[in-house]
Amino acid sequence: MAGVTLDTVRKIYAGNVEAVKGVSLGIEDGSFCVLVGPSGCGKSTLLRMIAGLETISDGEVKIGDRVVNQVEPADRDIAMVFQNYALYPHMTVYDNMAYGLKNRGTPKDEIEKRVKEAARILAIESFLTRKPRQLSGGQRQRVAMGRAIVRKPQVFLFDEPLSNLDAKLRVQMRVEIKRLQKALGVTSIYVTHDQVEAMTLSDKLVVMSGGQIEQVGTPSDVYRRPETRFVATFIGSPPMNILPGKVEGPGRVSVGGQVITVTDMRDGLTPGSAIEVGLRPEDVQAGGAGSSSLSMDVDFVEELGATQLFHGKVAGADFVVQASTGQIPAETRRLTLSVDPANVHLFDPQTTRRLGKA
Amino acid sequence: MEKRAHFSGWTLPLLLIVPQMAITIIFFYLPASQAIWQSFLREDAFGLSSEFVGFENYSAVFEQPEYYRAMVTTVIFSTLVAFFSLAVALLFATQADKSLRGGHAFKTLLIWPYAVAPAIAGVLWMFMFHPTLGTLGRPLNILGFNWNPMLDGKDAMILLVLSATWKHVSYNFLFFLAGLQAIPKSVIEAGAIDGAGPVRRFWTIIFPLLSPTTFFLLVVTIVYVFFETFGIIDAVTGGGPAGTTTTLVYKVYADGRSGGDLGLSAAQSVVLMVIVIALTAIQFRYVERKVQY
Amino acid sequence: MVENRPFRDFMAYLTLVIGVILVAFPVYLAIMASTFDTATIINGNMPLTPGDQTLENYSRALFYGGKTAREPVMGMMINSMIVALGIAFGKILISILSAYAVVYFRFPFRRTAFWVIFITLMLPVEVRIYPTYKIVADLGLLDTYSGLILPLIASATGTLLFRQFFMTIPEELLEASKIDGAGAFRFFKDTLLPLSMTTIAALFVIQFIYGWNQYLWPLLITTKSSMQTIVIGIKKMITTTDALTEWNIAMTTAVLAMVPPVLVVIFMQRLFVKGLVETEK
Repeated sequence: MAGVTLDTVRKIYAGNVEAVKGVSLGIEDGSFCVLVGPSGCGKSTLLRMIAGLETISDGEVKIGDRVVNQVEPADRDIAMVFQNYALYPHMTVYDNMAYGLKNRGTPKDEIEKRVKEAARILAIESFLTRKPRQLSGGQRQRVAMGRAIVRKPQVFLFDEPLSNLDAKLRVQMRVEIKRLQKALGVTSIYVTHDQVEAMTLSDKLVVMSGGQIEQVGTPSDVYRRPETRFVATFIGSPPMNILPGKVEGPGRVSVGGQVITVTDMRDGLTPGSAIEVGLRPEDVQAGGAGSSSLSMDVDFVEELGATQLFHGKVAGADFVVQASTGQIPAETRRLTLSVDPANVHLFDPQTTRRLGKA
Repeated sequence: MEKRAHFSGWTLPLLLIVPQMAITIIFFYLPASQAIWQSFLREDAFGLSSEFVGFENYSAVFEQPEYYRAMVTTVIFSTLVAFFSLAVALLFATQADKSLRGGHAFKTLLIWPYAVAPAIAGVLWMFMFHPTLGTLGRPLNILGFNWNPMLDGKDAMILLVLSATWKHVSYNFLFFLAGLQAIPKSVIEAGAIDGAGPVRRFWTIIFPLLSPTTFFLLVVTIVYVFFETFGIIDAVTGGGPAGTTTTLVYKVYADGRSGGDLGLSAAQSVVLMVIVIALTAIQFRYVERKVQY
Repeated sequence: MVENRPFRDFMAYLTLVIGVILVAFPVYLAIMASTFDTATIINGNMPLTPGDQTLENYSRALFYGGKTAREPVMGMMINSMIVALGIAFGKILISILSAYAVVYFRFPFRRTAFWVIFITLMLPVEVRIYPTYKIVADLGLLDTYSGLILPLIASATGTLLFRQFFMTIPEELLEASKIDGAGAFRFFKDTLLPLSMTTIAALFVIQFIYGWNQYLWPLLITTKSSMQTIVIGIKKMITTTDALTEWNIAMTTAVLAMVPPVLVVIFMQRLFVKGLVETEK
């Protein structure tokens, strides 16, 4: 098994469209790395370059210690699970899984052993003689995984493998993929636009936007300390509230005239300059008029069962508060919110970067 | 539309495309360009030498009264066959579309004449309408209609139209039926709720929605009458009596066979090519528009 | 929909039944004519129920031929079969290969190549008949199967049909194949060809009928009667003066000429419809 290293990898399409703008990334052996971002952010292109399905315009891709820029996909020792599964419709489940091994001249009994083993792991033993069209979406998904497993590759690549499944099955398969990856210990790179998948699956989370990496870290790092406003609003649901504010002094900012204290704030910011104040809906508490508080006008309430979302305005900007059901009376029109200084995120309105302690 | 994923390398794809290219160039481009080239040449009486004469062959073609006659014949023949084969096919298709029991059997029973060669279709109808021994032709004469397609140009044309229509109804039927089945039931139901009866629904909803199919079939039918009916004409009338059923295509063939002037024959071919290209272009433009909808 | 249906249903049935009768009647007459002797037909009073000469007519037509052209129809049918199969398989072969090249490869002049092939859609063989004849004659292919077959497969319909089908195959299938270690040849053999089977069959049906029914081209380039196809043969049986025409043999031949393509349409109807509809797109 091997890690994957990307060194200033670029992808420039005809017409000078730069889909990936110099990405460098190290993925440790055996880890589960998720590339997440909105559609068009370059995450799939990056994955396809690692797979060898797209040429690399510039930079270097290494699998283990080998530079693979010029290596054919088949010789990169990778396996890939596609969004639409890409099962061979005319082959049985068995042949689908065996095809890659046959092409490599693996002995018949070895092929059989591996396919049987993968089928056992994935609980698809009873479908081996069926054709893909006779299977349900979840079963096809398993076959696609099986095709990857039998090859015993150094790296698994997943291209939005769950997005064709319904919500319930998606949650179930997500758990299975995680379990399988832990059991096999194979380095995995997984592309998704779903931040829940990204958070739950990854050891290493890579948030991308506009062909560049916004932030790399563990899921909790990225959640707790988003490096840019984009990451702050992309990771977390409902997304982080961003309010226009003003620097008051060290550790202090104001929003619509209401002053709040902040733990993680860069030194030396000019008082009076504009700043963006980020607050997660789940991080603000109703009531408790401490020194750090904001008042909110409530427009309406969304019921989610265990929690409620209060939509309204703070200092003229849209604001959402998440609270356990029953904690705040639903008919409340005006809320006083207390803010924990440790949970305030500050961003530069120009560069959108985090203005935290150096 | 292009595939994103592909193989690299030049040799293999070039090898793959060589057979088709060779056949296309030898049997299509070479003859087509020769026809164009010859249409500007005049051969001497012995076919030993030829000289470039510009558009003389074309003006000679358009000076022949027979050429205009063939043109008129072609127009009449195409119009009649197009009208009847489309109308009859549409009638059958609307009836078969009414989700009748046995609808599928009717479909099978109506489409097989497509498989009959035009020449055979002509022979079948000639036999049926033979003036002295035909099962239908003889009674016509007994009833005093003086029916004889071998001698009377009008009768010959009627016989050709009948056989050509008979053969082509199946094709139009198939496409009309497909077109009808593609019309969403909900649109027709909305028409019914809006108070339109079956006849009104047909003319105000179904027929307009079917117009792309109708137009497409019109072009295809005209091309069919131009070229594929050659077999029918040759087998049934041989262009006669007295040239009354000689169409443009048949004239090219007959002139060439009688050892006529190669340049004149080539010029006629080129005129035909232009007509077909125009028809096809109309069809393509229209198909393109349909795709954009 | 709730509507007063019985009358309309009845009219629909009636129309279709009349249609089927109109369509079938000429062929019914031909079949009847193939069961009588010449004299009965010449008299002009051929009954509409079968006669007793069926076996004689068919065996004479198949193994002996008509009085005027003593060419056994069996030989003609074999020629027709060779030409029809040659055209069908020839066209499938060259067009699936060229479509594969055009869709799955990038090579210089790819677009040009595509257009060179595509243009052929515009001109049916009928308009370039004499120049083509001359080339076939120069190549020494008159009265040969190659001469009968090759010019008729020089058209783009097959290439376009396969191209259209290949475009609907998900890209990921090729990508998965590449990762599975399949090259251009393996991908074609293991994936593309098996997936194309329905398209191949549909094209086969259409081309078989097209080839079997060819008239003008065989008429021009066959001079030896041993090379005649059945559609040409039947014409020769009836162009002699009326009195000599053996209508029973001619009609027997007509029936024999209709059997193979009609059977193909009836028994492969689904493929036939698919082929017809898709080659016209």
